[in-house]
Amino acid sequence: MSATPTKLVVRGASLLGETTGDLLVVDGVITEVGSVDSTGAEVVDADGLVALPGLVDLHTHLREPGREDAETVVTGSRAAAVGGFTAVLAMANTSPVTDTAEAAERVHDLGVAAGLVDVHPVGAVTKGLAGEELAELGLMHRSRARVRVFSDDGKCVADPRVMRRALEYVKAFGGVISQHSQDPSLAGPTSCCHEGELSGRLGLPGWPGVAEEVIVARDVMLARHTGSRVHVAHASTAGTVEVLRWAKSQGIQVTAEVTPHHLLLTTDLLAGYDPTFKVNPPLRPQEDVLALREALADGTIDAVATDHAPHARHDKEHAFVDAAFGMLGLETALSVVAQVMVESGQMSWTDVARVMSTTPAAIAGLERQGRGLEVGSPANIVLVDPSADLTVDRDASVSLSRNNPWHGRTFGAAVRATFLRGRATVLDGALV
Amino acid sequence: MKKHLLSIDDVTADDIAEIFATAAEMHDVQRRDVKKLPALRGRTVINLFFEDSTRTRSSFEIAGKWLSADTINITGKGSSTSKGESLRDTVLTIGSMGVDALVMRHSASGAALQVSQWVDASVINAGDGTHEHPSQALLDAYTLQRRLGSLEGRHVVMVGDLTHSRVFRSNVLCLTKLGARVTVVAPPTLMPSGVTEWSRAAGFETSYDVDAVLPTADAVMMLRVQKERMSGGFFPSPREYTVGYGLTRDRLALLGPDVPICHPGPMNRGLEIAADAADAAQSVILDQVSAGVAVRMAILYHLLAGEGSAA
Repeated sequence: MSATPTKLVVRGASLLGETTGDLLVVDGVITEVGSVDSTGAEVVDADGLVALPGLVDLHTHLREPGREDAETVVTGSRAAAVGGFTAVLAMANTSPVTDTAEAAERVHDLGVAAGLVDVHPVGAVTKGLAGEELAELGLMHRSRARVRVFSDDGKCVADPRVMRRALEYVKAFGGVISQHSQDPSLAGPTSCCHEGELSGRLGLPGWPGVAEEVIVARDVMLARHTGSRVHVAHASTAGTVEVLRWAKSQGIQVTAEVTPHHLLLTTDLLAGYDPTFKVNPPLRPQEDVLALREALADGTIDAVATDHAPHARHDKEHAFVDAAFGMLGLETALSVVAQVMVESGQMSWTDVARVMSTTPAAIAGLERQGRGLEVGSPANIVLVDPSADLTVDRDASVSLSRNNPWHGRTFGAAVRATFLRGRATVLDGALV
Repeated sequence: MKKHLLSIDDVTADDIAEIFATAAEMHDVQRRDVKKLPALRGRTVINLFFEDSTRTRSSFEIAGKWLSADTINITGKGSSTSKGESLRDTVLTIGSMGVDALVMRHSASGAALQVSQWVDASVINAGDGTHEHPSQALLDAYTLQRRLGSLEGRHVVMVGDLTHSRVFRSNVLCLTKLGARVTVVAPPTLMPSGVTEWSRAAGFETSYDVDAVLPTADAVMMLRVQKERMSGGFFPSPREYTVGYGLTRDRLALLGPDVPICHPGPMNRGLEIAADAADAAQSVILDQVSAGVAVRMAILYHLLAGEGSAA
């Protein structure tokens, strides 16, 4: 089939896993839902596949500019498309940092040129991620990149006065601060293992859950005080869930994301000191994992975001405490969420669409993403095989990096096709 | 025995008994005029020390030389950033020179285990961060066993900075494996995180009260308090530490006259251990050092030469 049909029919998909129907897409827009006439259209047979709106990832590291040996906007876009994403937010901790309009436009333009997913640069909250002076938040917003989400991710905006000013300032244009919640004096740069029995036994510097929770608690109070919107990146503990639940009950404007790895992997994987499992925040014990799943199911946590963090092999081949933080996530996110939340019966596919598409799009203010599979919506669609037998092979990844914690694991759901505004970016599980 | 000695978990009680039997033979060799044995002739042992060490490095060096191994010391600062050469590249380079054993110290916990997965040589962990120091634990247990006979059912008390101590971690594994009852004592800020669950699972006891446990001790191990921990972050002052946890002259009186006193060195006299205790007749601190060479000879012998008598 042609890569850019003007008329496309997705035939016989299970729409959000609920009703079976066809989708007619004309010039990138869904124009008919139900039983449609495919005359003159390219037809994609979606029998047995679940159709969801294209996924939106609030949290990726695409490494360009600066570490093009680990990932580029092009290779990261490929990984995103393979994972069923049609939009990703690219974090600001590149080199140079995305803390100016020009830097944001550069990432934006690289995304447009790659053309596989919408790449939205996240702007730094502070200049150089130094946590001291506000970056040019407004100019980044006014730029071609239309930046709405700001984060010093990788570092916490630790100074409460700076955080307060950032929260206040972005209200003028509906921005949101996505906070990497890590009190730097409770969990410093060497902290790399969940603080608990295992870190004590392994002699690894502990990263206690409370170092996250005190920042989340502080930030929701700042959000209440300023009447601003705060987003909690990669929530990882049961204590954070408790704070979020309370804050939402008070009507505080707080949203939160959880990563696929924090929904499934646990701290005991660090027992062999394999830096593949070194991530920030660290993998937590099972009780935290269960609390995060419950919070995602009941809406306390709003979204799943991957924190896709590619690293060159040699940056992971140091002693554990010296190795780079982070793991790949884009290609496997939906398979993990399906296993953990859908196959377990905790969530429906409609819920998956909510936490991986609709809500993250709303948090980031992406009006053309995360829309329902309805007439008039842009045809951002992912087709998922819910009875696949996928064994992850890190060498089969389209990412440039291989720090894949899912290598060798088997999943029962796999992305088969992705459409960005009606154009297939992935078909039969492979890039078009 | 396993190929590597990375943790006390790598050796069984039977392995330890074999090491101690060999160490006793080596100990006799130490008293000879001519100390060299041919057991490891033609074998190459590299002491790869990414972190400063005088006693452990020289102890392993002497052990290797007395067994006729070619012993080479390489020292260097470990990379603490992801910008320098990777640890894997460093050890692959050294491993490619044709090495039979790599005796390795590194400031990072787990480094020896990681290296053992990359190189062909046997890896002996001579201290990895705050994780383990198995040869130290073996020489401590060997020293105590020579004093006390069997360690089965004996009460060993360890006092000091447990959080940052690899000696503690290896010793608690080793002593419990040999049947000793172990109590570890430290202020709460120097107890490893999760020690309550860990001690319950591993079968040792914890206490904040050194005076309560010393009267029933069959042996005492004092651990060094690092200078960089004294600045008020973990306890208010050295003086307060000594009053609370030091083996002072007053506390020495709580011990039976035959209760051996150990310290892995280097000591902070006057801080964790009073001179009266360090120099007491019951102190075995220098015995630990001489046992160190014998035990390390035994470790090298068992990992590199195989079975049978060496001396």
